Amino acid sequence: MIAAAYSLTYISVFVVSALLVLIGALGVISFKNPVHSALSLIMTLFGVALAFLSQSADFLAVMEIIVYAGAIVVLILFVIMFLGVDRKEEVTVEPFVGQRAFAAVGVVVTFAGIIYLMASSHWITGAKSVSTAGQALAGSSQNITQLGTALFTTYLFAFEITAALLMIAVIGAVILARRERFNEEPQGGAQ
Amino acid sequence: MNVPAAWYLVLAAVLFAIGVFGLLTRRSALTIFMCIELMLNAINLTYVTFAHSLSDIGGQATVFFVMVVAAAEVTVGLGIVVTVFRRRNSTSVDELHELQG
Repeated sequence: MIAAAYSLTYISVFVVSALLVLIGALGVISFKNPVHSALSLIMTLFGVALAFLSQSADFLAVMEIIVYAGAIVVLILFVIMFLGVDRKEEVTVEPFVGQRAFAAVGVVVTFAGIIYLMASSHWITGAKSVSTAGQALAGSSQNITQLGTALFTTYLFAFEITAALLMIAVIGAVILARRERFNEEPQGGAQ
Repeated sequence: MNVPAAWYLVLAAVLFAIGVFGLLTRRSALTIFMCIELMLNAINLTYVTFAHSLSDIGGQATVFFVMVVAAAEVTVGLGIVVTVFRRRNSTSVDELHELQG
């Protein structure tokens, strides 16, 4: 019955992306070795990229792979190996009693709240955008045109501000990670 | 016809919940970063789903900005982790209690 209402292709794409996302996410939070967690995160990112693709967000799907899987996860992996912390983390220890139970209760309450709020408001409310004249978002190369036009017109100020943000982040990271060589006097000697 | 938007919204909510649980229970600062990435991706998926359902490219533009901010956050955050590791020789957040009274 479901297959009659929705295209089998889209259902398969959803199932595959959901499996990738969920298995990857569970791997991230359950592997003891941070390297395995990071590789599991890449699996989740591919699942999310697949979900983006099936919802006509082609450019973002590519960016998801390039920026997230290609840059952010590689950066995390680089730091893991640079610090040499790729040994097993003790995941069963609880710094205070019942932390897992409290976390689980909080997560269940949050999740139930989100689902209840969305279900009680019919999942999607609001009018269709007037800027696209009610037409569906275009896929493939048209998506890049639409997104680029939006970024360089409606969101131009935010786009320029992100340039400043990235510059600040890079400078901050360099200052944080730099070794202080000029401060050679013994501890407590500095005024 | 594409599957209902509700399916993707529920998937995003589950992903967000998994990320929150990992954030609350894991000890290593690096794993906590990965859990934050999971949560950001759940939000991105929600944005793209709404953008698709409402035919509004603004949702996708927002995801673009979320990705930029996530990249900046990871850059600075990992810088802090490296600095903390030099001082404490550990990335466990449990050992960072110097601000405790």
